[in-house]
Amino acid sequence: MPTTENHYVSTTNACKLCRPIGACLAFRGVEGAVPFLHGSQGCATYMRRYIISHFREPMDIASSSLGEKNAVFGGSSNLKQGLKNVITKYGGKIVGVATTCLTETIGDDVPGIIREFRKEEKDLFAHEKAPLLVDVSTPSYAGTHMEGFHDAVKAMVDQVATKDGSTGRVNLLPGFVSPADIRYLKEILRAFGVSGIVLPDISETLDGPALLDYEKLPGGGTPISMIKSMGSSKATIEFGRTISGQDTAGRLLTTRHGVFLSQVGMPIGLRETDQFFSAMEEVSGNKTPCRHEKERGRLIDAYVDAHKYISGKRAVVYGEEDLVIGLTSFLAEIGIKPVLCASGGTSGRLEESIKSACGGIVEPPLVRDGIDFYDIAGEAESLKPDLFVGHSKGYRLARKLDVPLIRVGFPIHDRIGAQRVLHLGYRGAQSLLDRIVNAAIEKKQNDSPVGYGYM
Amino acid sequence: MKTASAVIFEERKDQIYRKGDAPFDIACNKESLAGAVSQRACVFCGSRVVLYPIADALHLIHGPVGCAVYTWDIRGALSSGRQLHRLSFSTDLQEKDVIFGGEEKLYLALTELIDRHNPKAAFVYSTCIVGLIGDDLDSVCARVSKEKDVSVIPVQSEGFRGNKRAGYEAACKALFRLVGTGDTNNISPYSLNIMGDFNLAGEIWIIRDYFKRMGIEVVANITGDGRVDDIRRAHGAALNLVQCSGSTLDLAKMMEQSYDIPYMRVSYCGVEDMTESLYAVARFFGDLRIMERTEKLVKEELSVLYPKLREYRKVLAGKRAAIYVGGAFKAFSMVKTLRLLGMKVVMVGSQTGTREDYLELEEITDDGTIIVDDANPLELSAFIKEKDVDIFIGGVKERPIAYKMGVGFCDHNHERKEALEGFSGMLNFAREVHSTVMSPVWRFVPRRAEGGTGNANN
Repeated sequence: MPTTENHYVSTTNACKLCRPIGACLAFRGVEGAVPFLHGSQGCATYMRRYIISHFREPMDIASSSLGEKNAVFGGSSNLKQGLKNVITKYGGKIVGVATTCLTETIGDDVPGIIREFRKEEKDLFAHEKAPLLVDVSTPSYAGTHMEGFHDAVKAMVDQVATKDGSTGRVNLLPGFVSPADIRYLKEILRAFGVSGIVLPDISETLDGPALLDYEKLPGGGTPISMIKSMGSSKATIEFGRTISGQDTAGRLLTTRHGVFLSQVGMPIGLRETDQFFSAMEEVSGNKTPCRHEKERGRLIDAYVDAHKYISGKRAVVYGEEDLVIGLTSFLAEIGIKPVLCASGGTSGRLEESIKSACGGIVEPPLVRDGIDFYDIAGEAESLKPDLFVGHSKGYRLARKLDVPLIRVGFPIHDRIGAQRVLHLGYRGAQSLLDRIVNAAIEKKQNDSPVGYGYM
Repeated sequence: MKTASAVIFEERKDQIYRKGDAPFDIACNKESLAGAVSQRACVFCGSRVVLYPIADALHLIHGPVGCAVYTWDIRGALSSGRQLHRLSFSTDLQEKDVIFGGEEKLYLALTELIDRHNPKAAFVYSTCIVGLIGDDLDSVCARVSKEKDVSVIPVQSEGFRGNKRAGYEAACKALFRLVGTGDTNNISPYSLNIMGDFNLAGEIWIIRDYFKRMGIEVVANITGDGRVDDIRRAHGAALNLVQCSGSTLDLAKMMEQSYDIPYMRVSYCGVEDMTESLYAVARFFGDLRIMERTEKLVKEELSVLYPKLREYRKVLAGKRAAIYVGGAFKAFSMVKTLRLLGMKVVMVGSQTGTREDYLELEEITDDGTIIVDDANPLELSAFIKEKDVDIFIGGVKERPIAYKMGVGFCDHNHERKEALEGFSGMLNFAREVHSTVMSPVWRFVPRRAEGGTGNANN
């Protein structure tokens, strides 16, 4: 089915977020990092609450808090003062500075201001543990939060990673996935006997334990020493079909430091996970460990157990492009027919990737990129879906259509446990399968006049 | 353990006052300190908060998508009819719009949305970038207004032009363009407008019911469950009741000046302020029957409420509370309300309080209470720790600070799903406080578990 054109000038209920929030999320996954927005105070505050409501964790984002005079004369003095304050009070080991539409438009030269700042504040940088400053350009009027996320990862690799001999480590660039996903990926790396560097690593920074004190900088995150050493790793595995072949952090490590790059899709479902495990076998030189083989086997067993309850069900899938591609691949495998795959992203690669993800199992569905929820609603009603798979902003539409919503991705603002949602790998597929099938069964049970309790 | 002094910025020291330490003095209404992680938002946020609940108006945010998407249906402002306010409309400006200007896109988007939704009016919010690229919002709005025969009102809410207060003012100016354009025939001499209530969890319906029982007509809700046509005739009311920290105070002042309508500041939170507000209204009208009905109402409500409150008070007495809210006015009621429950307020602060606000807080709080303006997570967490609080009352941004440290939390912000105003709201509030303060989960958090500081009396 061909992609149809967007008909409207206005956007209603966007299916994307703005670019700087992605950068803040990526910076949060680095040990001792302070995400810092160069812009007006509101941006940081709005993004903080958006992120807090999903992870239910503290999320401090500093701001240069620009006022009217800065908008006229430039934000340099506020940026410098802000940097100094976060370094002295928060003790940030790394400050990730992302721009906003305001500072991009007034044309602040952030790399230049940072250079000046280093010169002016020699004392802050004169010692061994001097903080690192990483800057990334994230104009809100171009791209989505995912561009911001990937930009920030690339900026860290660009500005921090070096090559100094060979460590034999494996870099893993997973993109924006849940803390539970990251924990699981690290387990997989260990199981393959690989010393891995996962960037970013939000497994603890955005899913921490109950504490006695408020931490200025949450524990966990990719250690800076590890980011520095990424150029010395033997290989990089990077997730995301839409960024494959693009100018990414993984690509940069290849061109600049000669690190072998393996790009795979976001490993959701059996086939995409198989690709990831093949890549792991290739870079580690080891076979897939037995317990993960067994998880794979149990997953297939579960596919069989479940298939009749969901056979031919029609799904609307929406969210970030690479997530949608992975989910579509998974849904196709279990016999669900994706009828609409939608994203606010505009990589231009969604349709071909969806086609390939369907892999001849099902007819490729209607694919819409650069879309908002007004358009999704317009398409969905006539497609008669049985379920929605996406983040919680599709709730009102799912409710209107009286179909279950399987909450995945970001944001999940109307449930608890978003940080624990597992999407990736055999185990993530198992969890998604159980949730989807049980939602279908529950719907049938609820709709049943007799309310059966055995099947 | 970090102490409060270790986390307080030199530049912010004069924005923190400890009652009893020295004669009252506090700095406020300052620009937030760069790098301090202020809990404040921006001008746009202030305007959006005030106008958002007008449910039959179109709210179009002119700018890149972020400002619209972060304010999409995030508040509990209910509507009894149309739900237009729950949609998030944006011009989603792209790079080429920034370079060549966004006026054409704004015109097309506005026209499209007005055709689609047939709103009673449209508010067009300006964001940071619009102020910079120089789009002429006024002329686009005027053009569409004329072509579509519907009021299209620009809101000058560029984020960087100040803080939330400036946004309130911009919203009031926008509202004032509607006021005075409707027919005021058949409005009772015993009438008022409810201002600064946003109908969170249906609160304005509770308050409207009280006025109905008192025999007073409510002309316009400004803006909870608000309607454009009601606001147009708001100048026909005899009195403006202003709640909330000045979010609609500017409008009341403008209406006083132009239409000679007096205003009165009230609060519907807590028994004391709720009762006093109703009596103040009754006294204003000076009608014996209204006063009698008010007395009857208060008596009825309190006879139901007090016995139930006493139960909560028994267990909550002596617990320590910290309050951090957007506007300080709400904090006054909170201090009194918590006291009614036998609790002690040990810290109270706000994002945008004025000197007068803080002075009043100083008067009604106990010695040792920390009063803070424009705080940040490090300060708030240090105060929580120092004062060993049992409950934090605030909004979404404060919740993880409290929870992470093992402290109870009550959401008194715009996201709340429990009505906390009026007499029934007071009971809900007590229940909310009780449900968190007395939860068994605190037994297990590091702060209260063996080895933690503080008293393990939960």
